[in-house]
Amino acid sequence: MARTIAILGAGKLGITLSQLALRAGYSVLIAGSGDPSKIKLSVSVLAPGAIATTSAEAARQSDVIILALPLSRFRKLPKEELTGKLVIDAMNYWWEVDGPIDHILPSGMSSSEMVQAFLSSSRIVKALNHMGYHDLHDEARSKKSPGRKAIAVAGDSKDDVRIVSSIIDSLGFDTLYIGGLAKGKLLEPGGNVFGANVSAARLKQLI
Amino acid sequence: MTHTGNNYLFGLDSFGDLAKAEDGRLMNYAESIRLVVDEAVLADRLGVDVIALGEHHREEYAISSPETVLSAIASKTKQIKLASGVTVLSSDDPVRVFERFATLDAVSNGRAQVILGRGSFTESFPLFGYDLRDYEALFEEKIELFSKLLKEQPVTWSGTHTQSLDAADVFPKTESGTLETYVGVGGSPQSVVRAAAYNFPLVLAIIGGSPERFAPYIELYRKASAEFGHSAHPVGMHSPGFIADSDEQAVKIAFPLFKQAMDKVGKTRGWQPMSREHFMNEVKNGSMYVGSPETVGKKIANAMKAVDAKRFDMVYGFGPMQASDRRRMIELYATEVIPRVRELLGQS
Repeated sequence: MARTIAILGAGKLGITLSQLALRAGYSVLIAGSGDPSKIKLSVSVLAPGAIATTSAEAARQSDVIILALPLSRFRKLPKEELTGKLVIDAMNYWWEVDGPIDHILPSGMSSSEMVQAFLSSSRIVKALNHMGYHDLHDEARSKKSPGRKAIAVAGDSKDDVRIVSSIIDSLGFDTLYIGGLAKGKLLEPGGNVFGANVSAARLKQLI
Repeated sequence: MTHTGNNYLFGLDSFGDLAKAEDGRLMNYAESIRLVVDEAVLADRLGVDVIALGEHHREEYAISSPETVLSAIASKTKQIKLASGVTVLSSDDPVRVFERFATLDAVSNGRAQVILGRGSFTESFPLFGYDLRDYEALFEEKIELFSKLLKEQPVTWSGTHTQSLDAADVFPKTESGTLETYVGVGGSPQSVVRAAAYNFPLVLAIIGGSPERFAPYIELYRKASAEFGHSAHPVGMHSPGFIADSDEQAVKIAFPLFKQAMDKVGKTRGWQPMSREHFMNEVKNGSMYVGSPETVGKKIANAMKAVDAKRFDMVYGFGPMQASDRRRMIELYATEVIPRVRELLGQS
């Protein structure tokens, strides 16, 4: 069972995920794009208990790493420190932040397949990208709560999908396995599931 | 009228959505702009504190040049503050923004208010020749230059994304020596810290989800202000709403219009059409202030308490709404909702 989670990205999503992970009892290391001192104050107020550090250090010290940075910055990820690690890709292609898609994403590929190709020695699972950050904040509930919402999970390794699903369960959501990383396309902007804040049963219908 | 102490402020915000005439016809851009001017005159007469007009460059909105519309409003009103909501500083020239708003301040006898922001849309970047990849750097540099211009003294400046200035003096000067300036923020922690760093008051755009979740952001603003050696300003919030005589009527009118407006944006951003369930959840627990004056008044008071806001701006006239429904909403907001919120907040 993972005890330390690194969150790379200290924006709206990164902060929200840090809050959920802290509440679930994980140790959280969080990194923004630059010097940790830049995010130290925000982190101490918004996600007290999380430790602001560099991406490389966060990756090195954690069992599981969540990517919550703009997709177009994925080539700056600390590849070496992520070697062998389980990496949850919560990123989305967002043209307003990332620029034209052909600069970033080869056509036909899901964005998580592309991230996996770059982080070839890491184990990528796609999850936590389709629900808006404020829904993630507002909807997290304990197991078996009525009306609990679900997060779709895509990954090529069943074992890794299982670990990620159990983490998401502890963060406050049911999960729905939808297939390999290629299936992640369904969860991307424009896909049927993008933006979905629904139960597992409803999520299944959307897939 | 300055924004201090327990003096609550209530505003109305518009993007100049193309409205519907009484015969059901969609108004053109010119008519929609004149409608906003008339509405601002009504709001002024009924004692609303602020009218804020957002800058957009999209087909569904008529207002791309808020300060021009605000100048027209200035000539017909006496009290109401004239704000932008927001001015997209990243794709504007800070010197010109200062000049235009200082001019608005002159024609309005000191009622101008600039709300600077990065904007939630990006059409202005290609339109004015900016590269979206410089999104962060543009705002960072321009807000710094703007903060220097606000001192109303000659500025010397070496720019990367902006002009360089050599003891440049900028005119007109304001009468009061202060052009009221806020920063509008959508929930990015770094934007909150930046507003504190430059000692600007903050307006939070809370357009979805529970307002309570923003309480820590206000704490962040206060702590960051203290760290930079400033005393934090009161914080404002901005959220969408619609008011009618009853809850049922408000939902009936607002839902299809909100849905239309949200789905139009959703299409470009890749999210699915808004369901009635999602809408009702926002009305009940989230950030859409839709209902009767009593329902909306309570909801606003609760939200302002939750985040300790001293200013509330309601975005009105979402989607192609009948002009008469907009007008009725403004009347109810001014004459029933605002007094009720003041009462609930312990200020009558």
